[in-house]
Amino acid sequence: MKLVSLPASLDERTFDAVVRGFEGDPGERRLFDATHMRWADPYGMIGLLAVATVAGRSAEKPILRLPENPDVTSYMTRMGFFEHATDLFEIHGTRARARADGPSPVLLEITAIRSHGDVHTVVDLVNDRGMAILTQELKVPVREAFQFSVVLSEVCQNIIEHAETGGWVATQTYTWKKRLGGRRVVVIAVMDLGVGFKASLAGTHATRYPGRWSDATALEAAFLHGQTRFHDPGRGQGLQQIRKQVGRWNGRVSIRSGSARIADVPDWDDAQPLAQHLPFLEGAQIGIIIPGRIEEEVA
Amino acid sequence: MSYGPANVIAFEFDLSLAARRSVASLYSHLVTRPTGRALRLGIESQIGELNACCLSVLDFTQVIVLDYSCADEAVAKLVQRYSGADRPNDVYFVARGLGEQHREPIEAVLSRHGLALAAELGGGGFVLLGAVSGDEHAAFVEVERARAANAVQIAASLGRQIDEMTDVLDVLAHRRVVLRQGDGRFLALSSLLEGR
Repeated sequence: MKLVSLPASLDERTFDAVVRGFEGDPGERRLFDATHMRWADPYGMIGLLAVATVAGRSAEKPILRLPENPDVTSYMTRMGFFEHATDLFEIHGTRARARADGPSPVLLEITAIRSHGDVHTVVDLVNDRGMAILTQELKVPVREAFQFSVVLSEVCQNIIEHAETGGWVATQTYTWKKRLGGRRVVVIAVMDLGVGFKASLAGTHATRYPGRWSDATALEAAFLHGQTRFHDPGRGQGLQQIRKQVGRWNGRVSIRSGSARIADVPDWDDAQPLAQHLPFLEGAQIGIIIPGRIEEEVA
Repeated sequence: MSYGPANVIAFEFDLSLAARRSVASLYSHLVTRPTGRALRLGIESQIGELNACCLSVLDFTQVIVLDYSCADEAVAKLVQRYSGADRPNDVYFVARGLGEQHREPIEAVLSRHGLALAAELGGGGFVLLGAVSGDEHAAFVEVERARAANAVQIAASLGRQIDEMTDVLDVLAHRRVVLRQGDGRFLALSSLLEGR
C-alpha cells in the first residue's frame, strides 16, 4: 500500500504535492492520510475526490484516514464531502457532525455536475443563498453579484461541453488571515476527470502547433485565445468572459489540465502564469479566487 | 421590400415565460446552451405560425440571470437566423427591459457573430447593440430621435454628406434595425412599440 500524506492545508497551493504523492504503480492501493490536516478549501476537497476516483480505477478502493481535528471533519461534513467520498474511499476515523451554530458561509456544497440541469440547480442555489453573502460580506454591488452566477454557470458548463464526463463544483467564502490583509474571499473550485484540454482541442488545433502540442499549448489556445473544438464562432466565449469578470474583481483564475496550469495572476498573488511539468492528472481543475471589496473600493 | 407600420405585426415574448413554456420548467435564470436553444426554437415556432412580417419583442424584464451560452443560442442565433436572405420569415427584433446584467452578454454574443440588435434599456431609451460602426450608431440614434426620417434629414442632423448617410441607412435597414418605408423614409422600430 502506498501512503500519501495530505498537507496541513489542502488547497490549490498544495494540491500538486498530493498528485505527486500519488504517482507510482497504479495497481498499488493508496492510503490518503489526513490525520494532521487542519484545513481544506473547496479546491482541496474536490481535488481529493478527483485523485480518489483515479486511484480507484486501477487498484482497490483507496483508504482515507480522517483528520484528528473534529472541526475539520465537521466542516467537511458541512461541505457535503462525505456524500461524494463514501463511494470513492474506504473511510477510517470519526466523522464529526456539522455544527449548526452561527451563519454558514457555505455558498455551495460540493455538487456533482453531470448535466445542464445540474447547472440550473447550482445557479438557483447560489442566487437563493449567495446574494446576501456576496453583497453584504464581500461588498459586491448587487448588479455585479448576478455576474457571479454567470461565472459559475459558464465554468460548470465547461465540464459538460468539453470534458465529456461529469465533475464537481463547490464554492465557499473565507477570511484570509495572512494574505490580502485579512480580506474576505470567495473560492470556487470546479473539476472533472474528462479528456482534458489537450485531447479536447487536438483534432482542431494541434496542427497549428507542429511538434509542440502539449497540455500547456492547449491551455494557451483555450485560455488566452478562446479556441475550442467547435467551429461555431459563438463557442469559446465562456472562459474569456470568466477571465474578464474575475479580472474586474481583481481575482485569480487558473486551469490545471494534465501536466500544466495556466492562470491570470493578480498583483496580490505570486503564482506563475504558466506552470509546466506538473505531476499528471487527467481532466481539468479550475480554481477561482475573488477578493471581497474593502471600504475604500466600495466608496 | 418595404413596409409601413400597418404591415408589421408586433409580437412580444416575455423570455422568462417563454422559457417556462419551451423548456418546461421555471427558469427566470436563463442559463445553459440547451435552455437558450429550446427558447429559440419556441420563439421560431411561434413566429412561423404568424406567417407575416412581424416585430418580435424579446422582453428581459423578468430575467434575473443571463449567461453567455444561453444568450448566444437565444439571442445571437435567433437574430442570425432571420438576418440572411434565406430567412424563413420577415422578422424584426427588439430587446426590451435590458438591465446591466443582460446588456453585456448580449453585446458580446452579437459582436462575436457580427450582428446588431435594437434594444430598449430598462431605464428607457433605445440603443443599438452588437457589432456596429460609429456611423451606424449615430444614424440609428438620429432615426430613433426623429421616429422616421429620410437620408437628407439624417445627413442634415449629423452634418454629413447625403450619399454617405444613404449608404449607412441602407446598411441599418439591411441589418433590420430600422424599417425602410416606401416613401424613402426609415422608421425607428421603437415607433412600432408605441402604445403597447
